[in-house]
Order: sequence, then C-alpha cells, then structure tokens
Amino acid sequence: MDPILLARFQFAANITFHILFPTISIALGWLLLFFRWRYLKAAEPETKQAWLNAYRFWTKVFALSFALGVVSGITMSFQFGTNWPGFMEKVGNIAGPLLGYEVLTAFFLEAGFLGVMLFGHGKVSERVHLMSTFFVAFGTTMSAFWILALNSWMQTPVGYEVINGEYHALSWLAVIFNPSFPYRFTHMVLASALTCAFLLVGLSAWQVLKGAAQLSAPKVLRVGLTLAAALVPLQIFIGDLHGLNTLKHQPQKIAAMEGVWETQRGAPLLLFAIPDDQQRTNRFEIAVPKVASFILTHDFDGEIKGLNEFRDRHPPVLPVFFAFRVMVGMGVLMLATSWLGWYLFRRARWQADQLPRALLWLLAGMTFSGWIATVAGWYVTEIGRQPFIVHGLIRTADVASNVAAPMIALTLALYVTVYLALIFAYVVVLKYMAEKADQVLAVDEVELAVTPAGAITAPVVPVGSIGGLT
Amino acid sequence: MRLMSFEEMLPLLFMALMGLSMLIYVISDGYDLGVGMLMHRATPAEKDVLIASIGPFWDANETWLVLGIGILLVAFPKAHGMVLTELYLPVTLMLIGLILRGVAFDFRVKAKAVRKPMWDWLFFAGSTVAAVSQGWMLGRYVSGFGSGWNYPVFAAAIAAALPMAYVLLGACWLIMKTEGQLQQRAVQWAKVAWAPMVGGLILISMATPWISATVMRRWFVLPEVIVLMAIPLMTGLALLAVRALLNTHQVRGPLAWLPFGLMIVVFVLGFLGLAYSIYPFVVIDRLTIWQAASSTAALKFTLIGVCISVPAIAAYTVFSYRVFRGKTGELRYA
Repeated sequence: MDPILLARFQFAANITFHILFPTISIALGWLLLFFRWRYLKAAEPETKQAWLNAYRFWTKVFALSFALGVVSGITMSFQFGTNWPGFMEKVGNIAGPLLGYEVLTAFFLEAGFLGVMLFGHGKVSERVHLMSTFFVAFGTTMSAFWILALNSWMQTPVGYEVINGEYHALSWLAVIFNPSFPYRFTHMVLASALTCAFLLVGLSAWQVLKGAAQLSAPKVLRVGLTLAAALVPLQIFIGDLHGLNTLKHQPQKIAAMEGVWETQRGAPLLLFAIPDDQQRTNRFEIAVPKVASFILTHDFDGEIKGLNEFRDRHPPVLPVFFAFRVMVGMGVLMLATSWLGWYLFRRARWQADQLPRALLWLLAGMTFSGWIATVAGWYVTEIGRQPFIVHGLIRTADVASNVAAPMIALTLALYVTVYLALIFAYVVVLKYMAEKADQVLAVDEVELAVTPAGAITAPVVPVGSIGGLT
Repeated sequence: MRLMSFEEMLPLLFMALMGLSMLIYVISDGYDLGVGMLMHRATPAEKDVLIASIGPFWDANETWLVLGIGILLVAFPKAHGMVLTELYLPVTLMLIGLILRGVAFDFRVKAKAVRKPMWDWLFFAGSTVAAVSQGWMLGRYVSGFGSGWNYPVFAAAIAAALPMAYVLLGACWLIMKTEGQLQQRAVQWAKVAWAPMVGGLILISMATPWISATVMRRWFVLPEVIVLMAIPLMTGLALLAVRALLNTHQVRGPLAWLPFGLMIVVFVLGFLGLAYSIYPFVVIDRLTIWQAASSTAALKFTLIGVCISVPAIAAYTVFSYRVFRGKTGELRYA
C-alpha cells in the first residue's frame, strides 16, 4: 500500500483519538466551574449537596478524559516528526512557535493546576481550589486557541515570506488571526460545548433511568438540555459563516462537500449521492434544485465552482462528501432532540421522573453524538485540504517520511488496536460510574474526612460535611 | 575566546532549556515509572499506596516530555524529524507504554473491582515498556544511530540498565514517601536494584567512548580530562553513599529523603556527562545546534512565551510538591 496514504491514516487515527478527549475537557472545565459556583451560591442544604455531587462526579469524568487527552497528546507531539518530517523543515519557523505556545499554555495551566484541582480539595483553601479549577478551564481553552491558529493557518496561509524554500513569519498577528481562524475557533469551541452538553444529557438520562445520582442527575440534565437547545442553533449559524469563508478561500473543498463537478449556476443540494472519482460524476443522486447555491451564495442562481476547475488540486470527493453529510445530519438530530427534550422537561416542571422513558432512552442514545459530529467535521476540513498539507503551497506527499510502508502499517495496527480498546474501556467505565455514582461519591466522602498530611493552609471544613450524604 | 552574539546564543539557550526539560522528565517520570515497575512486587493494599504516592504528580511529570519534545520540534525542527524517523519503532512502543500506564492509573479505581488486577498489570507493563524503550532510544541516540553489530548491543545494554536506574529511583521515592512495612520493603527493593544498575552504568560508561569516536575525542583530552574525572568520581561516591544508607536505620527515619536526593545527584551528573559528550551536536556527527535551529525570528517569538511560562511552571511545580509533601496515606483520587 502507498506509504503516504498509510502515514495519513496513522496521523488521522492518532489525531482522531486525541481530539475526542480535549473536545470534552475544553467545555467540561467551564461547566465544572459553573457547578462549583452554583454549589457556593446555593442556600438550601439539599440543593447545595446536589451541586456538590454534580461537581464531584463530573470532576471524575473530567479526570478520566483529561488523562486520555494527556497521553494521546504526548503521541501527537511525536507524530509530526515521525510522519511529516518535511513539514517542520519547511514551515517549522511558523508552526513551531504556535505549537510551542500550545505546549507551554497546556503545560503550565492544565497539568500543573490539575493536580490541585483533582487532589487538593481540602488541602488548599476553597478560593485557591476555585482558582485552580478556573485556570484548568482557561488553560484548555487557550490550548485550543493556539492549535486552531496553526490549523487555520495551514488552511488559509497568510503573513509569511519564503526564503530558500523555508517559510518565515512576516507578521505574527496575521499568521495567528488568519482569515479562517475566527470561524474555525468559534466552531470548535461550540463543538466542544455541544459534545459536553450531550454527554451531560446522555449520562444523566441514563442515571435517571437507572435511579442513580437522584440529587444531581435532574439538575445536570437540565443544564445539559438548556445548553444544547441554546447552542445548536448558534452552531448552525456559525457553521454557515464558516462555510462561506471556506467558499472564498478553499472553493475546491466546498465543491467536494457539495459534490459539484462542473461549475454551475443554481447548483442543487444533494441529499444523497455516491461521488465517483474515476468517472468524475455522481451516482444515485437525490437532489433539491438550486438549494446549494442558495445556502452558499444566498442567491438561488449563484455560481459554484466545480471540481473540474481544479483537476489535481482538489481533495478526494467521496470521504469529504459523506463526512459533511454525517456532520450536518448529526447537527439536525441534535437540534431536534435538544428542543424536544427541553420542551418536554419544562412541561414536566423539571421533574426528571415524570419524563417519558422513551425520551430518556433517546437522550441516552445521544450521549456521544457530539463526538461523531466533531470528528466528521474535522474529516471534512482536513481531508478537504488535501492534496496539500499547507493549502495551495505545500503538498502532503512532499513532506512525508521515508519510513517503509510495512513499518507504518505495523505501528498503525498497534495504535488502532490500543485506541479501540481504550475507547471501549472509556465508554464502559463511564456507564459503570454513572450507574454507581452514589457509591463512587460515598467512597470519596470517607477519604475527604481524613485530615490530609502536608496541608499548607489552615484546615478548612471538609466540604462534604455540609449536609449529610446518603 | 570571542563572545557570542545574542543571535548565536539563542539556539544554545533553547538547547539548554530542552536539556533541562529532558533532565526533569527523566528524574520525575523516572521515579514514577520506577514505582510502576515495582507494582508487581506489591500486595494489593500496597499497590494503592504506591499509586497514591505518585497520583498528584504523574500528569505534570509527563508534560515535561511534551515540553522537551516540543522544544525540539519548535527550535530544532530538522533534528526532530531526523531523530524521530530513526527512532520510529521504539518511539511508538514508548508512547503505547505511556498511554497504557496513564489510562490504567485512572481506570483502575473507576472500573469494576474485578477488573482492577488487569489495570494494575497494564500499569506495570506500560511502565516497563516505556522505560525499556527510553533506554533503547538513549542508546541509539548516544551512538549516533550507527549501524553494525556493536550498536544494537550497546543500545540493548542501556535498554536494560535504564529501567534498573528508574526502579532504584522509584524505590528511593517510596522510602521517602511511605512508612512502616512498605517502607521496609522499599529499602529491600532498592538494595536489589542497586547492583545491576551500578554494574550497567560502569559497563556503559566504558563502552561509550569505544562506540563513538566523537565522544572519545571529547573525553580524553588534556587538561579537560582531569576536570571531567570529577563526574564519574562524584557519581561513584553518591551511589556508594546510597548503598551505605540503605543499611542504616536512619534511612527509615530522619534521613528518608537522602537516598532520593542522592539519586537525583546521580542523574544530574549523568546528564552533565552526556551533555558534555555530545556538545555541540544535536544529532551526533550529523547536525550541530546551529545547523538544526529555527530562524532567529521564530526563536525570538517563542522566547517571549518561554520567559513568561517557564518561571511560572517552576514556581507551580514547587507549590504542587509542597501541597502534597509528607508521607502518603490512603488512596485519594479524583
């Protein structure tokens, strides 16, 4: 098999596995801060306990996701060198500092403060602990900022000059705030928020079904549904803006997403088709006339450039075309379930046990819908950038390593095996933790009550002692 | 000697920073990998204490590796590609080891109780695979990725010795962080690991100049060789002191911190010796620091971030170790 394709598969496998976990932790950090704030603000003992339980349970989910993010992140820092050594040789002067800032912020905000956030409750004052939680949330968001700045620059490169085949930054502001960055960053942060919202909704619905975490589950379910119902429409709006930005800067990506081969006015929206790269046509088309032109140009007779204008400079059509439909389909499904769920929950006066079981099952089924939509979206934008690694400037094939195909295939198989096993384990453990939430928290309670060794502040009242736990 | 300009100093500065990150990584992840490799010798109750003793630290410890590799990627992109292409397979194995170990750490208390032994085993296996791969990579790196029968043997020797050094370091960490019967056992583990580690170190030190002509030239030149002798001498003294301490009662009382302290000295000395041997190369005989470096503009831009975050990282690390100082009690997890 082609070593470049194998290397791409390997990089894709690694980065797909990695992005699953930051997608959760970017938004979950802020939600933990929210739970923590509601706990401090609540007056009633039972409400206070409910928010504390929510905070503690979701901290455990955060810790698990974060650990997976860290270990897969370590892999990512090696993948550039092992798979695309030429990339860093050519654009190292631009990509390097951006990656460097990502590592530095990730490093000193996340992994550092994380220790205190996870293990320091009771060892440091409430305020220091709250600040630690804030810095962890802030750090994950800043990491996303730098990585997306680099990724966006690879899609819409500006602010550089070329000296002896090496790229140098002319203006760092132009490099960081490149044309697609604001859209991509917002789109990704919202994707993280939605992934998290549906994780909250799904696991809480499952807890309601199983009668677990009775204090916190209804509250978390409400937070998740409200967040999702509010943010899905916003995400659709931002996604549309992002699409228009792509049309301007990477028209061949849009052509692949829409399956448009020949430049045409009034291009139809293809609900389904099987694009054929060999024959350069679509088979089994189900089309709605003129709608694609309307969405992209806001004019029913607007012109969309076809793939044939780009010949050897456009991406493989089939994966981009389908990934785009998976993402959009997921988005529509998320819109429908979140609005339906929110409406029914409100009608039930926020009493979780009054909700129809079919709805709870539906919501539980949507637990990982954010993952699917996010990954599909990344496939659209990354495969859509091919055959370039830096759009229009550097071809992926020109920066690949000279490692032999069998070696890449072997390590690819190793990674994929480990990753599939770990995703399986992660999902199983989340399900188990959700069902046994009260037990998990009870164990925590006993441990918190013991005065910890080496406390550097005056001992605070163990937070768990406020309001009795079952 | 001519003074270097700031532009010429920059790559050196980043090299020093990368070296420092790698040194801190090897020491800090070294002790927790060592503790991981001791897992299979511990009883189930002791396993919980072992894990608890490294709980608050391991995440941050591993990020030093990301910082080190990050600087290699950012400041010396050509070397990053060259080194990682050469070390393709061991890097993969190390990463898989680190992944398994990192997730086992979290899964073992969150999964069903019946699964715990499996995750504990994975924690042990992951730690071992990571340590052995790192040893192999170090061996390949020091010998300049040479080909010939003697190079793999040399790399294999380091692949065997480095895990032993980690085990000794980990045992010393446990002597410092635990009490009672477990501390007693940690002393025994340290004694067991001491001899093979020291033997390996001597063999490797003798073989290094023989495997690399460049290193030999760096070592055996008058008058430097006289100053250089201080490194092996001090290393030897520190190791002997560790061994002697393990036989005293003090090591389980007020001097519990000393073996770990001395082991840090050993690692620092070993690192200095290595740095001296390789300078001015990033990839021995192939790329010097200046040949591999990014453009001055890129380094300057990165330096701003480094100046802000590295002092913060240092301060934070000290803070974290203070918060979690003292003996490890029962398991506390988030």
